[in-house]
Amino acid sequence: MTPTHLFKGTGEITKLLLRQQRFKILIWLLGLIIITLAVASAYPDMYTDEKSKQAFALTMDNPAMIAMLGPGYEEQDYLGSIGTLFTHEMLLFSAIAVAIMSILLVGRSTRADEEDGRTEMVRALPAGRLSYVSAAMIILTAVNAVLALFIGLGLSVLGIEGINLESAILYGAVLGATGLVFGGFTAVFAQLAETSRGATMLSFAVLIVAYLVRAVGDVSNEALSLISPLGWTVRTDVFAGNDWWPVILSFALSIVINIIGFYLNSIRDLGSGFIPARGGRRQASSLLQTPIGLTLRLQRTNIISWGIGLFALGASFGSILGDLETYFADIEFMQAFLTEEEGYTMTEQFIVLLMAIMALIGTVPAVMTILKLKGEENKNRTEYLYSRSLSRNRMLGGYFLLAIAVSIIMQLLTAVGLWSAAAAVMDDALSLGSTFKSALVYLPAMWIVIGLAVFTLGIIPKAAGIVWFYLIYGFVVIYLSGLLEFPEWVNNLSVYEHIPQVPVEDMDFMKIIVLTIIAVVLAAAGFLGYNRRDIKG
Amino acid sequence: MSVLEVRNLTKRFGKFTALNGVNIEVNEGEVYGFIGPNGAGKSTTIRVLLGILKATEGGAKIFGKDAWSDAVEIHKRIAYVPGDVNLWPNLTGGEVIDLFVKLRGGNNKSRREELINKFNLDPTKKCRTYSKGNRQKVALVAAFSSDADLYILDEPTSGLDPLMEQVFQECVMDAKSEGKSVLLSSHILSEVEKLCDRVGIIRQGEIIETGTLNELRHLTRTNLLVETKQPITSLNELKGVHDIEEKDQGLSFQVDTEELDAVIKHVSKFGIVKLESAPPTLEDLFMRHYESKDEVSGGVS
Ligand SMILES: Nc1ncnc2c1ncn2[C@@H]1O[C@H](COP(=O)(O)OP(=O)(O)O)[C@@H](O)[C@H]1O
Ligand SMILES: [Mg+2]
Repeated sequence: MTPTHLFKGTGEITKLLLRQQRFKILIWLLGLIIITLAVASAYPDMYTDEKSKQAFALTMDNPAMIAMLGPGYEEQDYLGSIGTLFTHEMLLFSAIAVAIMSILLVGRSTRADEEDGRTEMVRALPAGRLSYVSAAMIILTAVNAVLALFIGLGLSVLGIEGINLESAILYGAVLGATGLVFGGFTAVFAQLAETSRGATMLSFAVLIVAYLVRAVGDVSNEALSLISPLGWTVRTDVFAGNDWWPVILSFALSIVINIIGFYLNSIRDLGSGFIPARGGRRQASSLLQTPIGLTLRLQRTNIISWGIGLFALGASFGSILGDLETYFADIEFMQAFLTEEEGYTMTEQFIVLLMAIMALIGTVPAVMTILKLKGEENKNRTEYLYSRSLSRNRMLGGYFLLAIAVSIIMQLLTAVGLWSAAAAVMDDALSLGSTFKSALVYLPAMWIVIGLAVFTLGIIPKAAGIVWFYLIYGFVVIYLSGLLEFPEWVNNLSVYEHIPQVPVEDMDFMKIIVLTIIAVVLAAAGFLGYNRRDIKG
Repeated sequence: MSVLEVRNLTKRFGKFTALNGVNIEVNEGEVYGFIGPNGAGKSTTIRVLLGILKATEGGAKIFGKDAWSDAVEIHKRIAYVPGDVNLWPNLTGGEVIDLFVKLRGGNNKSRREELINKFNLDPTKKCRTYSKGNRQKVALVAAFSSDADLYILDEPTSGLDPLMEQVFQECVMDAKSEGKSVLLSSHILSEVEKLCDRVGIIRQGEIIETGTLNELRHLTRTNLLVETKQPITSLNELKGVHDIEEKDQGLSFQVDTEELDAVIKHVSKFGIVKLESAPPTLEDLFMRHYESKDEVSGGVS
């Protein structure tokens, strides 16, 4: 086969994939561009004088913030350009969002289509062996290029102090380049894994590891950060020194990964992975022979992976608490300044913020657990189960209980990770009880989101995806409400805002009970609807 | 005694009427053939029977219980094979079979092994590596090793090779000889002719024909090839004669089965030299309904 044959039909397939995903792509692009520009335009009003910029520099320059957001700038850079303040708060998390978008995009257009047998049909047409993966890469590149361009141009026309065209384009370009790297990783994993879920899970694992390596590296050893692509992302010195090397390096890496992905794709059989399929059991274990056992079995890997991920995240942040403690012990005046204001240590305030974010992340696997039932229905697998003596309540109940269990397990793992790592590095260790309390207090909020998932599944199954929007909304509120000064009601729409921030705030059992009741009502309505509606397959 | 009874069943998806006043009755110990072209509403009917879809009007009873509200109770005694068998890619065939047998409550290990051998299935392979035929075998083994009173089979053999098709037919006959009832939706007419006591034909959501094969044959035509001493005259004036064609020595034509007697009387007047008759097949019956459908839709469009 000549090389051109390998790519034959790429154009047509690109159009096909684009058509299927255009809605998702549009939402992601609009969301990322609008949030970036909206936040950027809020900065000049927030930091009007030198004093406020100095205060910003002071709050940001500590190990906890560096671990979360990356290394900051020199103080004179903060004073000289508003863009630097914006970058330090926004760049890394925007880049992670772009990476998530790219991973989902590539996973959907490669392995998922193959798994569902669509690729086979297309490949039976006169289409080359590499046409599918090339089409996915073309879309990935185009989406990230559009993103980079719009964000770059958008930032440059806002007329913010210290943001000119070149530096704004650099900001956009580093986001796009990060997207290309992680999308490229997904294309490789789509060749290695045997399922689309496996491919996306491996990609997310790489993203998390990249984040953690960078976090530890940024705090303790810069060389370590340089082996993480996210370590490059935060080193452009954009709006100050404007270094382009991270963009070029990311670009080069993405080309290398793409070549690997293309090569693997060209030598492997359709439908197979490089991790070979093993023979399995002849008979089902006794656990598997129950509906909840099946549910558990189908999601086992997913749940375990998320558990490990959350434990690792908790532990990474826990390990930074030691540095944070030393840091504040050194700068006595600042400790006084902070404790005086809130009555709590910086560590505790940091834990409160961390727990809110971790609870949001921990809700993801719980929601996935519920929505898996929708996925099974879409794949026509529930019909077959329901032909057995199995009630809808028992089936949905199994998924529901599992989701509740997952929420509890995730919070426990986060707390254990945080506490044990902190205990190892801090002189004045965290109290085990209060760490658990501050994690578990978020459970009612997680349950409401689980309840919402059950509700959509039962009542508006076509729109079950809105739960994800709600979670993203919760994240935006936590991350940006302070920056953008959202009106109260906007914040109040996110249930995570109603959780008492133990230990900084007092425990409020009334709130907890009310939230739990709301969760129960949502779930009950979902169960009722699910019992009444048609099952599609 | 009727095991399954569908009364005036109508199902609409939004504005689209998938089923319109469907009536079906399956008696105990009977194999009922449910035939119809693609998109006629077979699977939709079966999903209503399984309590997965909710009837818009009318309803279905199985074992005298309501298919929607008593689904769980009913399913203890039925076994189902879907037309499109979708299995969990990371479970093995053996695991899926066990899961299904267990979910019904029965547990017949020896029957399971026997069927796995008969169908020549490797139960240690992951489902993602199975072909369509093999996935169907998994569903068939699961269905026939559970000891149900009613088997609902939705085009269960569309992916099987002729040898396995034979095994399948044996399974159905075994079930029948044990007094079990079967609802078999199928495209393969020879299979339906071989297995079914009664058939119902569905087209565009309506049952257009139902009865035993013998009853339905009354509605079909017999193919005749006749050679006579004198040429036959005025044959086309007789009622119930169709498609007259001159062959080398004689005439070939079709006769509505109920007019057969009159036609033979007429023909015999010309001195029969040779008479060949071919019995009507279900195929003829089916094709006739296909044709009339084309006529109808042709007239409209
Ligand atoms: N969930 C649904 N929504 C809308 N139309 C449907 C749905 N399920 C089936 N139909 C339509 O109902 C008709 C009958 O389909 P089906 O019962 O699957 O036919 P078959 O006889 O081939 O099994 C088809 O025209 C099909 O398109
Ligand atoms: Mg069908």
